[in-house]
Amino acid sequence: MSAYESECCTADQPDATISLLTKKDFQSAQEVKWCPGCGDFGILSQVQNVLPKLGIPREKIVFVSGIGCSSRFPYYLNTYGIHGIHGRAPAIAMGVKCANPELSVWVVTGDGDSLSIGTNHLIHCLRRNLDLTILLLNNQIYGLTKGQYSPTSEFGKKTKSSPLGTIEQPIHPIPLALAAEGTFVARTVFADQAHLGKTIEAAARHKGTSFVEIRQNCVVFNDNVLGTFTDADTRGDHWIYLEQGRPIRFGKDGRKGLAMRGTQPEIVAVGEGGVREENLIVHDARGASNSQAYLLAGLAPPEFPTALGIFRQVEKPTYDDLLMDQIDDAIAKNGRGELAKLLNAGTTWLVE
Amino acid sequence: MVQAKLAKEKEFVQVRSATVRFAGDSGDGMQLAGSQFADIASMTGTVVRTLTDFPSEIRAPAGSLGGVSGFQLSFGDEEVRTPGDEPYVLIAMNPAALKMNLAELQPGGIVIVNEDEFTPGNLAKAAYSSNPLETGDLSSFRVIPVSMTRLNEEAVRPMNLSRKDAARCKNFFALGMTLWLYDRPLQPMLEWLMDKFRKNKAIMAANGASLRAGYNFADTAELFRVQHTVATARLPKGRYRRVTGNEAAALGLIAAANRAGRALVYASYPITPASEILHELSKHKEYDVRTLQTEDEIAACVAAMGASFAGAIGATGTSGPGLSLKAEGLGLAVMTELPMVCINVQRAGPSTGMPTKTEQADLLMAVYGRHGECPMPVLAAATPADCFQMTFEAVRLAVKYMTPVMLLSDSFLSSSAEPWRVLAPEELPDLRIAELPAGEDFAPYRRDPKTLSRPWVVPGTPKREHRIGGLEKLDGAGTVSYDAANHQRMVNLRAEKIAGISRDIPPAEVTGAKEGDLLVIGWGSTYGAIAAAVDELLHAGRRVAHLHLRYLNPFPANLGEILSKYERILVPENNMGHLCSLLRDRFLVNALPLPKVDGRTFRIREIQEHVETLLGGLFR
Ligand code: SF4
Repeated sequence: MSAYESECCTADQPDATISLLTKKDFQSAQEVKWCPGCGDFGILSQVQNVLPKLGIPREKIVFVSGIGCSSRFPYYLNTYGIHGIHGRAPAIAMGVKCANPELSVWVVTGDGDSLSIGTNHLIHCLRRNLDLTILLLNNQIYGLTKGQYSPTSEFGKKTKSSPLGTIEQPIHPIPLALAAEGTFVARTVFADQAHLGKTIEAAARHKGTSFVEIRQNCVVFNDNVLGTFTDADTRGDHWIYLEQGRPIRFGKDGRKGLAMRGTQPEIVAVGEGGVREENLIVHDARGASNSQAYLLAGLAPPEFPTALGIFRQVEKPTYDDLLMDQIDDAIAKNGRGELAKLLNAGTTWLVE
Repeated sequence: MVQAKLAKEKEFVQVRSATVRFAGDSGDGMQLAGSQFADIASMTGTVVRTLTDFPSEIRAPAGSLGGVSGFQLSFGDEEVRTPGDEPYVLIAMNPAALKMNLAELQPGGIVIVNEDEFTPGNLAKAAYSSNPLETGDLSSFRVIPVSMTRLNEEAVRPMNLSRKDAARCKNFFALGMTLWLYDRPLQPMLEWLMDKFRKNKAIMAANGASLRAGYNFADTAELFRVQHTVATARLPKGRYRRVTGNEAAALGLIAAANRAGRALVYASYPITPASEILHELSKHKEYDVRTLQTEDEIAACVAAMGASFAGAIGATGTSGPGLSLKAEGLGLAVMTELPMVCINVQRAGPSTGMPTKTEQADLLMAVYGRHGECPMPVLAAATPADCFQMTFEAVRLAVKYMTPVMLLSDSFLSSSAEPWRVLAPEELPDLRIAELPAGEDFAPYRRDPKTLSRPWVVPGTPKREHRIGGLEKLDGAGTVSYDAANHQRMVNLRAEKIAGISRDIPPAEVTGAKEGDLLVIGWGSTYGAIAAAVDELLHAGRRVAHLHLRYLNPFPANLGEILSKYERILVPENNMGHLCSLLRDRFLVNALPLPKVDGRTFRIREIQEHVETLLGGLFR
């Protein structure tokens, strides 16, 4: 199975009502200022491809970002947008969504933005399950500030601020999102445009906080970070495409598979030594427990390939629905608030 | 306040005002007793101002000094302007309460103590080496020891309550005695009990019995030589209620959102003493109040801004260190020119400081404390009820001028209460804004020529999709711009927009001499103490005046002219001289500071005496 034929999307098919909008309607007049060859371009293009498919009027879409190269995103989309302050996009988005739950709210952020200065907001947004879509563009470097290591840079990485190599372990976004009880947690990669587009679309269609880690390069400061992916010879051995309900296979012609040995995952050769497809782990992003998602999220080089696709996808009540339900219930119980009643509440007395 | 005693009948003394403090262990129900007394005093025609003093520790051991909770009120005619410098009557439910409060009692004042609690154990917890009721240490006061625990137990015995429940009624015994002392009726209290405890008849009956027992005991045991009658106040006609500063701020936000025809989104992180605003607002969901308890102060600030972007009235509240954390978010709101309100209930700092104590030391931070050229309006409420008016005003200015607005309150205002004339919704300005005419070609930073504010066009509006953010914007078009001349122009425009608000706020007014020897200028919660002190000084024939600023940025347009009419300017503040510096800076006047940062607001006498000294020097 080729990587480019991957079938990741489990979301509903687009609405029968055909959206009249096209990709062009979502391109803004602002000149795009990323470095030529930056992974951001492909991601922007896929977002612009997906938006018309969603059947949402352009004026009801809001893109919110923080600070960093990726956070320039809102300027390049002809929707409503806020380019916020470093790390705070999920919190700004919470305000937007709670003020008007009918809006389609997106957060575009980066590894420095949401895994360093603003990690707090990311975690709390996920656990609240606000109905919004978070695209975390992870290039494992600080690009805008010109090349310092980021919280996702690999241990020992040499950068401008770590000439002798970093001395800190990286943070992994997918386990973090799972720990925060994310209801939609996925990983994709900029270099697979088809997978990227489908994953973004599935995220957009999920009700609740959708979290997508998008692995990308930074041509200027971290160009080869996805070398094993961009090299067609090595891709198959180093990357797994997760598919809901299917046994986990990878490698050339899917000859390798993932099985359990005791409590640990193990790479096996399918068809050799008595290993059959039934012995492989079957991917289930929708199980009652998120333990399988953790297991897959923990796969990392050099021992294991990296998994792509949807790790977790479950339905839970959203914060914004619950917020509005409480308001509706209060109105049903007490009647719509009348200001005069509120101001005259409690012990009052008349001065004549 | 001086107790003007005029013997009218043998057993009555008439006074213009009285100050009473209820103090006890945090479990003794002193807040309830005090606030019920305040309600009755209000209903019987006096002006009442109250102040609660919560224990500094959350779960201090019973009987310890750290566990003492107090409720002070001053009531009387309309010249009662503060909860009182010094109580005339102290009700102390245990030795710790006596110890913590005695120092502030007026010499010659009355101390009613629950003598049953003066046990060796309780005395030790209050660090008394001997029983003060026996040593003569209290000889400068009139001490009335009452066996409250025992008398209360006897009164409630017929209701067969548990020991614990029975003991909890004794605050009503103390309340009954105090009501008798000030010749107040019992009936409203009994009615309140009937309503409050209608589901628990035994507790209702027990509290009523204890209340009556206290009242009758005071009457028959002849403990007090006299009863006091307190002058009533002449207040404008209308319906009144008592509000604390925090309640009033919450009501002001709801009222303003309602008059703006928008949802209120209040995002806040718990912090003393601002949390009550969040609590109060979260009770009123049927008014389309959406309260978000966020993960931190920064999130609260930017969520409020995000809510405003999406068309709600976005507001946040905080105190102390929380304000520091909001600085960056407020800067973004200044840059994006979005309306939002930040209520800062100041407390003693820096850092964690003294979270339950009052201070006004955030003024310079409010005016200047953001990076870059970052002007925003700063308002300050003068009294608890004024928190309603000024919160409403903060929303009005935010929406009209598309700017974040800082409203300063403080710990004193938050826990102090006063009568508030309930306004009818029609008395409040209509805050709805006219929509941009359809079809008019739109640019997010094209300004209204009069107010200089940009249009508030919210997501959901077709054909007006636009992007805003923290990067400098091109004048008019609102696209990102790094152009040098444009930045200068935008800095100027943002400054002019805020400065222009001085044309839209009431001119400053003085009370007292229109020109003269000394002008006392204050802002915020010092209002009552300054007003009362200046009143006294005017009665004494001094050529002084009081000016209280509720708008601190921009200042009222006529402020400079007023300042020029006085020989001297004195600025009492609960800080080391913030407003004083601002006045010197803006008007090159020789303003003199009167700083006080001991966690308490000014006493009337402190200001009065300071002015006398200053003027004495002038005339000598
Ligand atoms: S610095 Fe790196 S991440 Fe930023 S725009 Fe250039 S290539 Fe892209």
